[in-house]
Amino acid sequence: MYDVIIVGSGPAGISASIYVKRRKLSVLVISTKNSALEKTEKIENYYGFEKGITGKELYNNGINQAKNLGVELINDEVVSLKFLENFEVETINSKYEAKAVILATGTNRNAPDIKGIKEFEGKGVSYCAICDAYFYKSKDVAVLGNGNYAIYEMEQLKPIVNSVTILTNGSKIIENRHEDLQVIEKPIKEVKGNNKIEEVQFEDNTKKSISGIFIAQGIASSSDLARQIGARIENNNIVVDENMQTTVPGLFACGDCTGGLLQISKSVYEGALAGLSVLKDIKL
Amino acid sequence: MSVVNLNSENFTNEVLEENLPVLIDFWASWCGPCRMMAPVVDEIASSMEGSLKVGKVNIDENPELAEKYGVMSIPTFIVIKNGKETGRTIGVQAKEEILKLL
Repeated sequence: MYDVIIVGSGPAGISASIYVKRRKLSVLVISTKNSALEKTEKIENYYGFEKGITGKELYNNGINQAKNLGVELINDEVVSLKFLENFEVETINSKYEAKAVILATGTNRNAPDIKGIKEFEGKGVSYCAICDAYFYKSKDVAVLGNGNYAIYEMEQLKPIVNSVTILTNGSKIIENRHEDLQVIEKPIKEVKGNNKIEEVQFEDNTKKSISGIFIAQGIASSSDLARQIGARIENNNIVVDENMQTTVPGLFACGDCTGGLLQISKSVYEGALAGLSVLKDIKL
Repeated sequence: MSVVNLNSENFTNEVLEENLPVLIDFWASWCGPCRMMAPVVDEIASSMEGSLKVGKVNIDENPELAEKYGVMSIPTFIVIKNGKETGRTIGVQAKEEILKLL
């Protein structure tokens, strides 16, 4: 078991890891290395670089700095976060436990923009398979997504529901790991129903009857993981107190996922604060 | 007033024939977000004593009540006044947000 697990290796996650590691706690950073920072061409508004710096360079510098301090980093995708006696972090390849968790995956910029999704939230649209699968016993449901997160949610649903179809909404599904995986890759036009979802209509005007649709697009974001465990979210931002603690004790969040300025300086500050707060929180 | 455990037997008496507004928390033991909301629900029950009744429906034990109210996601919070639903909200939220339903 680790003292602290940090999800995300951007400026917030790495700053937090540095503060935690310097106090000799065990810390694991889990990341898909799919950072918004890495894709930023040139940064000219961050302190201390007279000619600016590329996002990739700054991102890699941060990771190397953490590694040099002895922070353990792994490249994996977190698909589930639970609290039993400790925090349980499940990735595609493994499971880890920690006394505290810091969420720092950045913001989810790929919320579904499909007609009917918002309208049917709680009436067939769900963001958490483990929470809501019960209500779809023996029914036909769909998971919206095309990656490992969608496949994980599908696996949670499969033992309970009658059938699960993955809807990729025009994207290609990742390498098919299941022979019996049902996938529809056609773009979606809208989700329809009366009081609750009844069908999905595709752009080519074909339809599929379903009773529920579980949203699991892209990689599970900090807000997806926070929602699974029961931390409060407002406007897709994780609600934190002045110490970066979420409404779940021992669970912290920092960086873009808490809203406000989407700037490196803000992420570095919040990461430092989250790291220091964890130190106070963990009973050594 | 403590939180009342609701079921099919006591639902009419405790909720539908109740003069006070009733806040119902639909929950399950395996639902992490529901567990996180439990202290908030308890706090509402004690702070609103005398003006609000607070009840809980365990959906594993009372699936028929979840079905009756069309609950498809938990936690779901429903307010009933004079036997009729007057407000509903889903998911983890602040005490103030739930009180806005009243």
